[in-house]
Amino acid sequence: MRRIISMLMENEPGALSRVVGLFSQRNYNINSLTVAPTDDSTLSRLTVTTIGDDRKIEQIVKHLNKLVDVVKLVDLTEGSHLERELMLIKVKVNGAQRAEVMRLAEIFRGEIVDVTTSIYVVQLSGTSKKLDAFIAALEGVQVLEVVRTGVSGISRSDKVLSL
Amino acid sequence: MLSGGEMLIRALHDEGVDLIFGYPGGTALHIYDAIFQQDKVNHILVRHEQGATHAADGYARATGKPGVVLVTSGPGATNTITGIATAYMDSIPMIVISGQVTRNAIGSDAFQETDMVGVSRPIVKHSFLVQRPEDIPSVVKKAFHIATTGRPGPVVIDVPKDVTDPADKFPYEYPESVKLRSYSPPQKGHSGQIKKAVEILLSAKKPIIYAGGGVVQGEGSEELTQLTQALGYPITNTLMGLGAYPATDKQFLGMLGMHGTYEANMAMHESDVILAVGARFDDRVTNSDISKFCPNATILHIDIDPASISKTVTAHIPIVGPVKAVLKEMNEQVDTALSAIDADALERWWENIEHWRERNCLAVKSEGEVIKPQQVIQALYAVTEGDAYVTSDVGQHQMFAAQYYHFDKPRRWINSGGLGTMGFGLPAAMGVQLAYPDATVACVTGEGSIQMCIQELSTCKQCELPIKIVNINNEALGMVRQWQDMQYSGRHSHSTYADSLPDFVKLAEAYGHVGIRIEKLSELETKLAEAFAIKDKLVFIDVVVDQNEHVYPMAIRGGAMNEMFLSKTERT
Repeated sequence: MRRIISMLMENEPGALSRVVGLFSQRNYNINSLTVAPTDDSTLSRLTVTTIGDDRKIEQIVKHLNKLVDVVKLVDLTEGSHLERELMLIKVKVNGAQRAEVMRLAEIFRGEIVDVTTSIYVVQLSGTSKKLDAFIAALEGVQVLEVVRTGVSGISRSDKVLSL
Repeated sequence: MLSGGEMLIRALHDEGVDLIFGYPGGTALHIYDAIFQQDKVNHILVRHEQGATHAADGYARATGKPGVVLVTSGPGATNTITGIATAYMDSIPMIVISGQVTRNAIGSDAFQETDMVGVSRPIVKHSFLVQRPEDIPSVVKKAFHIATTGRPGPVVIDVPKDVTDPADKFPYEYPESVKLRSYSPPQKGHSGQIKKAVEILLSAKKPIIYAGGGVVQGEGSEELTQLTQALGYPITNTLMGLGAYPATDKQFLGMLGMHGTYEANMAMHESDVILAVGARFDDRVTNSDISKFCPNATILHIDIDPASISKTVTAHIPIVGPVKAVLKEMNEQVDTALSAIDADALERWWENIEHWRERNCLAVKSEGEVIKPQQVIQALYAVTEGDAYVTSDVGQHQMFAAQYYHFDKPRRWINSGGLGTMGFGLPAAMGVQLAYPDATVACVTGEGSIQMCIQELSTCKQCELPIKIVNINNEALGMVRQWQDMQYSGRHSHSTYADSLPDFVKLAEAYGHVGIRIEKLSELETKLAEAFAIKDKLVFIDVVVDQNEHVYPMAIRGGAMNEMFLSKTERT
């Protein structure tokens, strides 16, 4: 089952490599990974999506918690949460396709952020599923480049991951 | 005002360190100069950095204090990797200080540069790259705190050379305490869970206590012994746990697992409640197919590391906490509730166990003057009156030592259980002997393992360490050959070297030690006694043994715990 594990870690050199190293060392899977500093400059927020049964996820969470650099951790998929991913997608568009892709982008609430005579760059955010659906809807359109940020997530309501 | 190098050594002293093991080299020279100019921290010069790590490891295992290693960058650092991994697998507190190229040269492929923090990352509890000289006291404080608390383990401190420059002086103050917001190992177990565990334990009909190295490292032997004797339940120890419970006590069933006793493995398999204490259900215990493991048992699992719980075998009652504190709490509850034990059921359970014991699975058959390897350990046990510190290497001799030397005290049995590192025994014995100069220290080894760190015989000479090396010489990599006999139709692929073995007596003498060779059973005990009577010298005792002996019992691959070979011709 797909899980979104989000953690606060020390904003120090080597911290990220310990997290990533743990996944490869123990043969766990990383589907996506995002990391950036938070409002507290000593902390980074790292979000990883992974796949595994309950037993494996339990081990991943325990091992992550053991890392001295990991300050606090939450499995967002255990509760109600929001997840967002940003995608920039460059497509080749000519003739009738120009209007077609523009309409599709509107339906998906995307934006065309760069335009040339033959190219659109569409910016789209949402759940990973929504981004997948947009790519699927572009069938017949030549996709030149897909850039996705990986998943960021946050718990709904008053549940907070902070110190 | 102190330089970075001086601060480092001063901080070690303030941390209570009086002995470190190391090998100098370019990037560590400022630190070595600081060592030269003081007399509080003694340094032992090894002959290979791997020896330094194993010696520090042996010191730590015997004393409970962290072992400290100092090496240079590049090859000095990478040579410590096997020793760090060995300590990591067995949860041994260790600090490895490695020199590093100057800060501005890091990443430039400078001479003797290796990314030590990167190379060691998967096998350390934590690591530090010192960024500024003034950080040294707090980094050292944090490193010792992390290495010695919770589930202990090795910590690397990588120190760029310019950080230790004697020209740059700084005010020095060693921090009194340390607080890490992301690291707080548990101080006690969950009382509700402990209560539940005690209830289940008391209502058991076929209970067994299964205790591992965590009891030794967690200083819980006394509490474990008290609990076991109050309950009157059978107990088995893992390879790492030997000595956690007195082996000569009647409630002790011996070691369990791949080469465990018949009675210990049978009792595990048939049990209805297993109390696992500081043990991690390693594959050498459970055998390869977890689904067949102890099918009727409710598992109560105490461990300080939450990741050890339900990693392989699901715990019905997990208790995360230090074994000492948890066992103490259990003892208090058990003492007032002993009447809840079903005495009749327990008596029947013991009858079963005694029946298994009668099989006498460790019986040794003599064959004229040929020495059986098991008899070497029996003689060693007799000669040392069961009171030696025994280090071992890895292979058949290690299993024989575990089976036939009955450890009554913790920290006496010192071996590489998790990683299985050949070459561990001799340097580990150096660490033990340096910690306890008057103690009898025996290194049980084989002619294969001893050659992996044999250069340390020179260190032993320099420090005049009276270690007794018991070399169980079967002229082959015995355990490899055993597996080749059992699983590869006896094809001994690269496991023999009889024609090229050194004359170990002459070799020992060349290093300035005493060497003796024992070839006949009738002279085994007397010659061994003579060797151990030499109190001021290292004696290399080369014992020629039966080449065809296998270690039994041996778990049958893919089977349950009650499936064992008991000899070359018998199985359960």
